[in-house]
Amino acid sequence: MIWLWGAVLFWLAAWAFNAWLANQPIARKRAVRLFIPALFGVTLLILWEGLVRGLNVPSVILPAPSAIWTTITRATPVLWGDFVQTILKGALSGYLIGCGAAFLTAIAIDRSPFLQRGLLPVGNFVAALPIVGIAPILVMWFGFDWQSKAAVVVVMVFFPVLVNTVAGLAATDRMQRDQMATWSASYWQSLVKLRLPAAMPFVFNGLKIATTLALIGAIVAEFFGSPIRGMGFRISTAVGQLSLDMVWAEIAVAAVAGSAFYGLVALIEKGVTFWHPSQRARS
Amino acid sequence: MRSVLPILTVLLAIVAIWYAAAVRLNSQWTHDQAARAGVEVSFGEVVSDTLRQERPVLPAPHQVAAGLWEGLAGQRLTSKRSLVYHGWVTLSATLVGFVIGTGLGVLLAVGIVHNRAMDMSVMPWAIASQTIPILAIAPMVIVVFASLGVTGLLPKAVISAYLSFFPVVVGMVKGLRSPGAMQLDLLKTYNASGGATLWKLRLPASMPYLFASLKVSVAASLVGAIVGELPAGASAGLGARLLSGSYYGQTIQIWAALFAAAILAAGLVIIIGAVERGTLRRMGMGR
Repeated sequence: MIWLWGAVLFWLAAWAFNAWLANQPIARKRAVRLFIPALFGVTLLILWEGLVRGLNVPSVILPAPSAIWTTITRATPVLWGDFVQTILKGALSGYLIGCGAAFLTAIAIDRSPFLQRGLLPVGNFVAALPIVGIAPILVMWFGFDWQSKAAVVVVMVFFPVLVNTVAGLAATDRMQRDQMATWSASYWQSLVKLRLPAAMPFVFNGLKIATTLALIGAIVAEFFGSPIRGMGFRISTAVGQLSLDMVWAEIAVAAVAGSAFYGLVALIEKGVTFWHPSQRARS
Repeated sequence: MRSVLPILTVLLAIVAIWYAAAVRLNSQWTHDQAARAGVEVSFGEVVSDTLRQERPVLPAPHQVAAGLWEGLAGQRLTSKRSLVYHGWVTLSATLVGFVIGTGLGVLLAVGIVHNRAMDMSVMPWAIASQTIPILAIAPMVIVVFASLGVTGLLPKAVISAYLSFFPVVVGMVKGLRSPGAMQLDLLKTYNASGGATLWKLRLPASMPYLFASLKVSVAASLVGAIVGELPAGASAGLGARLLSGSYYGQTIQIWAALFAAAILAAGLVIIIGAVERGTLRRMGMGR
């Protein structure tokens, strides 16, 4: 019982502290802005630990964070192998191929308004469909190894990136394009020097959406068949053995990998689109 | 309406590419069969054979359409082979999850907008959670609920709710914050309470944002329900159709289930779009 009340008390105290801190003038400082959500996250973990211990929740229903952490440290080689198989081989290669193909397609259809008018509604429509469902088909075609996962990722990321890139290439206004024309810039010159840079905020918007989709595609595709490693494989087999601490460890790895992947793309975006108002305002 | 012709062209091109790919991918099997029987096959025979195989690598569009029609209209509605039955199983979980997720999302967004501490502590996590492949927890949710003795619709609805929750929170916070300082000041001069401000200014102003995120979240909750049917040998639902099709190599069944899911998703998004247009027009915000 002491665990339960301790955790609840700690939670209330931390919440009161956060509420007090948020209304102080120092709440505008960057460090405090990071500290408040961090404290909230830690509180949730402690509340979780306290509830599991205090109420004696069996570990086949919800393992405590400490048990999950033990699994992470104990099974690091397994987790690393799964990470390499799913994220580095499956998701990342598929992400690069898919985004590259979408980008090149967008530039290829850029000169044809006819194709754009046809492809954009279709692309928007496809982007809303449950494309994950294509996973069993691609697993049949490309085998159980990472190639089929990469193929699923390619299909999943293609349309969001395509739609965003096409929208971005249309983002310059008439006056800017006329300016390029008065300099007698060729199509390629105005594409490289004006329209592609102007499209970058849109392109990166698509790339950021695609990071999450890539991880989801790679993990879910493994539910349909995989070699004996990979995060999706480990999750589905560990669930079957009721070793939920292993499942949570994989989910923690997936969460960290997903945030890191997103953060990396956001960082590149910051470097490429430093001129855009949304980036300047933050500094 | 002037984009009808381009869209039709693109769709026709897709169908043409599909047929070509079907002939190419399935011809291997035809050639193997012919070699085993010791007969030569002409090109015309290869083409006609690849388009009507029992278990093709890639079913041709007309085979998928036939499979879809067979599943939708050719069965009794309660039959285990009817796609209407499986679609309903998936749709009911999707809708329950969607309603729960949207409701909780709106409530949390209201809390975030009114409470500074909540804004600063919860909002970064809500945004960060969008970068996490949440779908990975689906098998675990199913099994944990099963070990608690709860099976059927509820576990899938929980996954759906979870997936549709965060887009609504992020969109609604943006929407509830969208009234300008001048409008908020006006309500202050009327001595409006917080509740009245929420009810008469913030909620109406957030409607366009709400509908934009509803479209995202209904698609996400359908994906959640389908993936929720994959593990633990679920016997009904579009996800179960996908899985059993992939076990037994029934490619036509997979494609038919896939298209049923696509039709379902498109239908849900179109319904929300129609509600959006109607609501916004009555509120005087329609285009």
